[in-house]
Amino acid sequence: MNETIPPKEARMSALNGLGTSRKRVEDARFTQGKGNYVDDIKLEGMLFGDFVRSPYAHARVKSIKTEAALAIPGVHAVITAADLEPLKLHWMPTLAGDVQMVLADGKVLFQGQEVAFVVADNRYAADDGIKAVEVEYEELPVIVDPFKAELEGAPVLREDIADKKEGAHGPRRHPNHIFTWESGDKEATESVLAEADVVAEEMVYYHRTHPCPLETCGSVASMDKVNGKLTVWGTFQAPHAVRTVASLISGIAEHNIRIISPDIGGGFGNKVGVYPGYICSIVASIVTGAPVKWIEDKMDNLMATAFARDYWMQGKISATKDGKITGLWCHTTADHGAFDACADPTKFPAGFMNICTGSYDIPTAFLSVDGIYTNKAPGGVAYRCSFRVTEAAYFIERMIEVLAIKLGMDSAELREKNFIKKEQFPYQSALGWEYDSGDYHTAWDKALKAVNYKELRKEQSERLEAFHRGETRKLIGIGLSHFTEIVGAGPVKNCDILGLGMFDSCEIRIHPTGSAIARLGTISQGQGHATTFAQILASEIGIPAEDITLEEGDTDTAPYGLGTYGSRSTPVAGAATAMAGRKIRAKAQMIAAYLLEVHDNDLEWDVDRFVVKGNPERFKTMKEIAFASYNQAIPNVEPGLEAVSYYDPPNMTYPFGAYICVMEIDVDTGTTEIRQVFALDDCGTRINPMIIEGQVHGGLTEALAIAMGQEIAYDEMGNVTTGTLMDFFVPTSWETPNYQTDYTETPSPHHPIGAKGVGESPNVGGVPAFSNAVHDAFKSFGLTQSHMPHDHWRIWTIANKLGLHDM
Amino acid sequence: MEKIRLNMTVNGKEIDVLTEPRQLLAHVLREELKLTGTHIGCETSHCGACTIDMNEMSVKSCSVFAAQAQGANITTIEGLGTPDGLHLLQEMFKEHHGLQCGYCTPGMITRAYRLLQENSNPTEEDVRFGMSGNLCRCTGYQNIVKAILATAEKMSEMKESA
Repeated sequence: MNETIPPKEARMSALNGLGTSRKRVEDARFTQGKGNYVDDIKLEGMLFGDFVRSPYAHARVKSIKTEAALAIPGVHAVITAADLEPLKLHWMPTLAGDVQMVLADGKVLFQGQEVAFVVADNRYAADDGIKAVEVEYEELPVIVDPFKAELEGAPVLREDIADKKEGAHGPRRHPNHIFTWESGDKEATESVLAEADVVAEEMVYYHRTHPCPLETCGSVASMDKVNGKLTVWGTFQAPHAVRTVASLISGIAEHNIRIISPDIGGGFGNKVGVYPGYICSIVASIVTGAPVKWIEDKMDNLMATAFARDYWMQGKISATKDGKITGLWCHTTADHGAFDACADPTKFPAGFMNICTGSYDIPTAFLSVDGIYTNKAPGGVAYRCSFRVTEAAYFIERMIEVLAIKLGMDSAELREKNFIKKEQFPYQSALGWEYDSGDYHTAWDKALKAVNYKELRKEQSERLEAFHRGETRKLIGIGLSHFTEIVGAGPVKNCDILGLGMFDSCEIRIHPTGSAIARLGTISQGQGHATTFAQILASEIGIPAEDITLEEGDTDTAPYGLGTYGSRSTPVAGAATAMAGRKIRAKAQMIAAYLLEVHDNDLEWDVDRFVVKGNPERFKTMKEIAFASYNQAIPNVEPGLEAVSYYDPPNMTYPFGAYICVMEIDVDTGTTEIRQVFALDDCGTRINPMIIEGQVHGGLTEALAIAMGQEIAYDEMGNVTTGTLMDFFVPTSWETPNYQTDYTETPSPHHPIGAKGVGESPNVGGVPAFSNAVHDAFKSFGLTQSHMPHDHWRIWTIANKLGLHDM
Repeated sequence: MEKIRLNMTVNGKEIDVLTEPRQLLAHVLREELKLTGTHIGCETSHCGACTIDMNEMSVKSCSVFAAQAQGANITTIEGLGTPDGLHLLQEMFKEHHGLQCGYCTPGMITRAYRLLQENSNPTEEDVRFGMSGNLCRCTGYQNIVKAILATAEKMSEMKESA
């Protein structure tokens, strides 16, 4: 006989499901130092491999002598392009349809490029070997400025494709030109601009930077020649895609390759790509017959292993006299470095840059992007970003500010006047996206009230007057930002990487005693998937989150998925989890009907059980149903309780937010003090508020770094001048402010639980908020645009050029 | 290369290990003693992932030769708390969501342990300054600071009630 049913609220709270700030299950092992990262893996007889790297940005490789290195005790092998060539592994395909040298094949094209791979007993012996490899280079002229890449007499960088007039993304007009990508209506936009009351024009540069996760990239490859099976542990944000690529380029059958992503020490887009180190560790394991580990150091990572951004965005924005935006035009020059290795969906060589109309109802727009080769590291990865959304958001949020100056209007008011209205959703943008949902006015209004915007402006103008009177040397900047993201790539009809559709997956097995395991095609790098996906499932199937194990990252056991980046895990794999849960529930309903001797339709779901409608005393809990599925012969129902879902999202999701930063700037030193950062996010249904808030804090800190000092810079010779953490700015606890967070909740109408993804929002929205604050402080002195990063020297220079040091 | 004999106390255990003189302490801890909780982020002493406690000081073990640890008393993250009972700092990091990817966490906790030994009643400013040798790319520090302040508060409560 069934016992009395506990109250609904008590049962819901026992699940620890959607919307609760569940503490993370990952933390017990991480706080004790019991995580298992790739460098923690130690196999019997394992060797260590590391690279000889190019000191030059562009040079011919005349010869490589390895004899001296091979004579060093502990050195087992030195692998060069010549050794890889017979295996056709000296070049590899990139995610962007280009090819990239695995090891220098005749020339080097960027500083830090991989030239030879030394395999030794341990990292010390490998280093001895590296120093003993003799490489003779002949220096070649260097291109570091993408605007000089197509000038007469410019050196041809990619001799391998110099004569190819057609690239992966259409015609090429010059050997150093990769592609031109267009979106929108060119003629209509030009005519709108020509007839407009007001046009503001500006070059907005989003500088080159780097995701710089604390853990660098690495791999351990182990070729088991007895069983013919290759196992590779590595820092892979997309393990299944790595398996398929590894199979295609190595010729090893895909079922004989097992890719494992262990714990990952932060990714931020850095670990999406396939890097020469992975290939070389695999080849070295095949050649030596021993497992081979490759772990790059931080300098290698910053210098060679992917970069982010580097977009020169020339913009024009038009409006009526009273501030109604009529058109947007953008031409971007994209510096892709020596190989086009951008990690974008195939059909989008400039990612989702065409979300650059932002949160605004802009009727006409046109975007063109030129991809250019230079002597810099390849990459173009999405640094905590959904494929160039950060560049797009920065561009439009700067253009709004520039337009407001031209119109003599407050930029908060200009935004409000042009926001897409709640009733316009789903909204068709001029550049082809269907925004699924939004309520920008509510979010904006809440944000302005939270910071007391009118008072702030008053304080700012009083400060300015005091400055003019010589009473202070500090100005106030108020940085506004309202961003719209496009995440959750994506629908298979238009999103794929190397031909692999960007669906994702979840497989669930319910055990006889009513606990469960779920496996996903994604991989956490700190986002807490094991915590949050169990919450989604708990709410769907009525099993407490504590009783659900989550597993990711092992291609032998996890269902196929495209991995974690571009805020796609919750929108895609999270949806798959909910859908797989619903399949479990559907079967459970049939089992419950049999057990209760009623028709399926006479049952209703109630938190953790099926109840006979109108007779709440008669029910079967999920736990009871689980056991029954294993011990009862139920007519027309297979034993067991398992389900799998491969989810192809019908649309992207469109998280948004309103961010405001208040900054004090000392005009004489260029130093800044962040006084307040307010961040309101709308990521639809909130799965775990604690984790959302943590993501926002972290993303804002990355945004702070990018806007205020972090860059990958090159000198005119192509030398990286920011290759260590001494020069590459990562904020410490001392420079980082406290953040205020808030939210609105506009569920995605097409996502099974209405969630939209949040991990990248704070980076996307934060950069314009910080940068706009700097610009805003100097606005009244005539500043319209100054390039990031706004370090002390650059801010001092702004003040100096505006003559403030003479005031 | 000729090896040297190294004696030290690690997490209360007497250790006798052979190392090359050029080996860094971080590598000896991780690879010889299999204490992989001490992480390596930069090998240039900027990030603090390799922070350990050596002779009652916070030390970045990537920038110390193992030979310099001759006779030293070392505590790594594995020496704080046990699987059955987390150290209060470990509990508070979990409670206040002071970690995400977990890579900086052992260094953070080991550093915070020493910070609180030196100053059991720190202000937020003390914590932010005292932790500024340890980088985190995930959390934005806000919850790390919160976790450390909460630990200090609980420690003083326990002291008072004792």
